[in-house]
Amino acid sequence: MERPIITLDHITKSFDGQMVLDDLSLDIHENEFVTLLGPSGCGKTTTLRIIGGFETPDRGRVFFEGADITGLPPYKRELNTVFQKYALFPNLNVEENIAFGLKIKKKSKDYIRDKIRYALKLVNLDGYEKRDPSSLSGGQQQRIAIARAIVNEPKVLLLDEPLGALDLKLRQDMQYELIRLKNELGITFVYVTHDQEEALTMSDTIVVMNQGYIQQMGTPEKIYNEPENAFVADFIGESNIIDAVFVKDEVVNIFGVNFPCVDKGFGVNRPVDVVIRPEDVDLLPAGQGLLEGTVTHLIFKGVHYEMEVTTANGYEWLVHSTDMFPVGEKVSIHVDPFDIQIMNKPQSEDEEAIGVDE
Amino acid sequence: MTNKKKWLALPYFVWMVGFTLIPLVLIAVYGLTERGSGAFTFSNVLSIFQEEHLRALILSLVLSVICTLVCLLIAYPVALILRRAKVKKSGFVIFIFILPMWMNFLLRTYAWLNLLDDGGLIFTALKALGFQGNIIGTNGAVLLGMVYNYLPFMILPLYNSLTAIDDQVLNAARDLGANERKVLTRVIFPLSFPGVVSGITMVFVPSLTTFVVSDLLGGRKILLIGNIIESEFSIASNRHVGAGLSLVLMIFILISMAILNHYDKTGEANAI
Repeated sequence: MERPIITLDHITKSFDGQMVLDDLSLDIHENEFVTLLGPSGCGKTTTLRIIGGFETPDRGRVFFEGADITGLPPYKRELNTVFQKYALFPNLNVEENIAFGLKIKKKSKDYIRDKIRYALKLVNLDGYEKRDPSSLSGGQQQRIAIARAIVNEPKVLLLDEPLGALDLKLRQDMQYELIRLKNELGITFVYVTHDQEEALTMSDTIVVMNQGYIQQMGTPEKIYNEPENAFVADFIGESNIIDAVFVKDEVVNIFGVNFPCVDKGFGVNRPVDVVIRPEDVDLLPAGQGLLEGTVTHLIFKGVHYEMEVTTANGYEWLVHSTDMFPVGEKVSIHVDPFDIQIMNKPQSEDEEAIGVDE
Repeated sequence: MTNKKKWLALPYFVWMVGFTLIPLVLIAVYGLTERGSGAFTFSNVLSIFQEEHLRALILSLVLSVICTLVCLLIAYPVALILRRAKVKKSGFVIFIFILPMWMNFLLRTYAWLNLLDDGGLIFTALKALGFQGNIIGTNGAVLLGMVYNYLPFMILPLYNSLTAIDDQVLNAARDLGANERKVLTRVIFPLSFPGVVSGITMVFVPSLTTFVVSDLLGGRKILLIGNIIESEFSIASNRHVGAGLSLVLMIFILISMAILNHYDKTGEANAI
């Protein structure tokens, strides 16, 4: 993990005067599953296309194993891409599709045949050699696209929302498939998606992007539990994002009530954003917690109940709990200190713009 | 389909029977019967082997094959460029190529006659550059007229099949190690094959059967099979020989289409 296989160094890219990537730097390490996550238009696909060689950055450099590949055309790069809409060659059958890259590299017939068999086995589609891509389902086409890429033994596999067009069940199956594939192949995966659940399930590292900036980078646990700003908190999972005041170390004032927390160093009496995940909001009978409210909404979700609790100032808390409180019941909110995540307020309007658009 | 909806096909059915099927049968009847007696004979069809007829047929085949190739060579790069251009721009260029088709075919060919004839603009210009002899009445003039008239019929199907190719598929080829030349030969060519086939058909068939172009630009010196058939009907008023020769021509067209269809299927083209 120590040596970066791909380094993006101060990449800037704009289309028709519209800034898509702004001074983006990123290290991707060997054998890592990195996910670029963000809403559409955040620059994640452009980043992937710059790594693949389909776009040239306006400024900045791309390094592959230490060598500058910024100007190198895609066909000279030691990485392969799995495209969003599969992009199989419609005029070739499955076998010919998979063999395409190997034939160009003038590999022997025996080598190609063995590789095709190996790749089809790997994606669980043995026996599909002679089929036409058009006769396959979306999931099967996606597997062929993966097989077509990995037979070339790339050091890095780029995946551009590969599961975006599949239905939910298939998507979940393919997520496990991809994790298994990555472990079997032992290569680096760079994965682009707007689906936070997909990112949390599969990645070693998640890079949350918005409006051309990296918002936060880290392990799924870190991104989920310790979002660095309101955008990340809102984008990854559901959360209560609250205007609060950091009274002093380990004390934050939420709606006039002091909550104990574990954070330090945010100053004294400074406005901050607080993120509390809905499953971290504990509801107690009225009077036993810190903040009083009334249940205004109740939905049974299967694993848990989803409730909305309105406090005196009108804020609606989103609460997930296995304990049910009926609508209209007075309850009291309690949050454990380590479940309160404190974030600095955006410093400038510019930063505000990249925040939540709610 | 319900019986009610079937009635909607009636006009089409009447049209097909009245204006396609019956004329075809009539041509077959005339082509295979003797003038006057009406007895069955192959002599009309076999009259293709008369020297004058045979020479016209061969010249027609040669010129229409060359015309098709020239159109293909001009149209393919044009269509490739149009594919790369932005939609707005390519729409305009297509419009430029289609524009001549809004004018009458005869009028366009007459225009060429005026340009190429003695005293015409191009004739005078070429003469000033030191060229000798006539342009009108040469195979080249006829070929020029054919290419000019039929080129849009090649560009349109090629453009359609090329624009139908997904950019991502080309990127996939590049990603798998194909340089631009290999992207062209291994992906774009095979995927555009249906367009090539329909372009060839749409240029080859009318140029094989034309008689207007050769009549005007050939200066009555160039006899194509179309001219022979036309004169059998109009001047010699011998429908039987004219129809017989038409049948021969039809056979050639059917053969060429069969060949193209064969390649379309076994070749690599179910892209569209």
